[in-house]
Amino acid sequence: MHAEIERVFREEYGRAVAVLVRFFGDIDLAEEAVQDAFGEAVRRWPSAGLPPSPAGWIITTARNRGIDRHRREATREYRHAEAVRLGRLHAGEEPPEEGPVRDDRLRLIFTCCHPSLAVPAQVALTLRLLGGLTTTEIAHAFLVPEPTMAQRLVRAKGKIRKAGIPYRVPHEADLPARLRAVLTVVYLIFNEGYSASSGDRLVREDLCAEAVRLGRLLAELMPDEPEVLGLLALMLLTESRRPARTTTGGDLVLLADQDRGRWDRALIDEGQNLVRRCLRRNRPGPYQLQAAINAVHSDAPTAADTDWAQIVQLYDQLLALSPGPVVALNRAIAVAERSGPATALSLVDELDLGAYYLFHAVRADLLRRLGRRAEAAEAYDRALSLTENAAERRLLTQRRAALT
Amino acid sequence: MQQYLLNIQQPVGDPPPPEVLEPIMRELTALNDEMRAAGVWVFAGGLHDPDASSVVRVKDGEVVVTDGPYVEGKEHVGGFTVLRAADLDEALKWAGRLTRVLGLPIEVRPFHDRA
Repeated sequence: MHAEIERVFREEYGRAVAVLVRFFGDIDLAEEAVQDAFGEAVRRWPSAGLPPSPAGWIITTARNRGIDRHRREATREYRHAEAVRLGRLHAGEEPPEEGPVRDDRLRLIFTCCHPSLAVPAQVALTLRLLGGLTTTEIAHAFLVPEPTMAQRLVRAKGKIRKAGIPYRVPHEADLPARLRAVLTVVYLIFNEGYSASSGDRLVREDLCAEAVRLGRLLAELMPDEPEVLGLLALMLLTESRRPARTTTGGDLVLLADQDRGRWDRALIDEGQNLVRRCLRRNRPGPYQLQAAINAVHSDAPTAADTDWAQIVQLYDQLLALSPGPVVALNRAIAVAERSGPATALSLVDELDLGAYYLFHAVRADLLRRLGRRAEAAEAYDRALSLTENAAERRLLTQRRAALT
Repeated sequence: MQQYLLNIQQPVGDPPPPEVLEPIMRELTALNDEMRAAGVWVFAGGLHDPDASSVVRVKDGEVVVTDGPYVEGKEHVGGFTVLRAADLDEALKWAGRLTRVLGLPIEVRPFHDRA
């Protein structure tokens, strides 16, 4: 039963908070009420059994608890008036549990990712209010002290209240710009879980799962936005390779060396379907193109079968759409496979990425393949001096040692 | 409804020459008129340089007047608009129009009291 409640919590927390934020117009009250309701569930469900609609039960209980809290704290006059208003609302209408509920979560996501909030605050709020992660968990995952994270959340919620950040899905004209912020936050959460290897592994894998869950939610709520589908596809396809990405000892395994039998077929199928669905709309964006690149990788039964020409083409499109040295570097890696390391090296050497460890790692690899060992060793050293990530360091050290 | 202060952040130094300033002021007047017509306008004004500022404070029980701004900086408040808006997004929309007209950054800050 405990696991069952845990599951309901993970799935329904964000929905319940979103509904109650609309009802009370107050994030803190909504959160406290929902936590009260889950506390009640932990006490009651083990003996009474799971209610027919756990989500509905949580929302109704939270609403009643919130009104109680409001009454209890109604010391000042306006609070009292508010309690009366809520009491009337309560008597008059049942909160709708389908239909508008979908929009409540979407409204809350756009509120959490409002451009008036700093990005770290956007990330923290989204994980907290939509994902139900505790302050401790978020602090842990982002390697900040817990009091710092607590303060960040308090300040962000304070700003929403004081500055009057609206609970609203932006209008048509503002939607693309605002949606970009939302997608950035979700992808940031995913990458934090995927790329960093220091800290508590478990929580970090949780972050990937959380980002995928948020991605699925967005895709369900905004099925007509191709970049939303693109981001979800990108995350699913990346996630599908996780089982093959590290050895049991925690060492990184590069894409070319991965045991493709260990890739998660279900995630690949879902991701590829999404890629096809969004590309059909013919409004390509950066997430869709990155997803498409990953889809080409997943199509190849072995690394040697990879359709590099198509990948280079997709990178050309991506570069045209969102130019940048990191994209150009990734394109060069694909060019090395299609046209050889010499062509790729001349592309890489034009890039201004001297402070980026991957730039030196890629150069080192190309130099190694060209037989220019001394220069390769030097480039590995530069790369090593620029990364603290233990798994990456081990890989670079091995490659460097193999040179001599 | 809530009141917001749109704070114009102006660099220290001479204002631009008349041929630059005049069209800006014309557009500013038009924007203020538009705010009035939309019912959001409360008050707006430009300020003299911080050179013209005086600071009053209490020292040993006496009110003392001194010259100059309280803090020196590369920017100062060059002027401001107070408007009444339903929420931050509406205030940001007007601030966006204002920054386009002036070419200067605008700080948008809510008042404590709900209007």
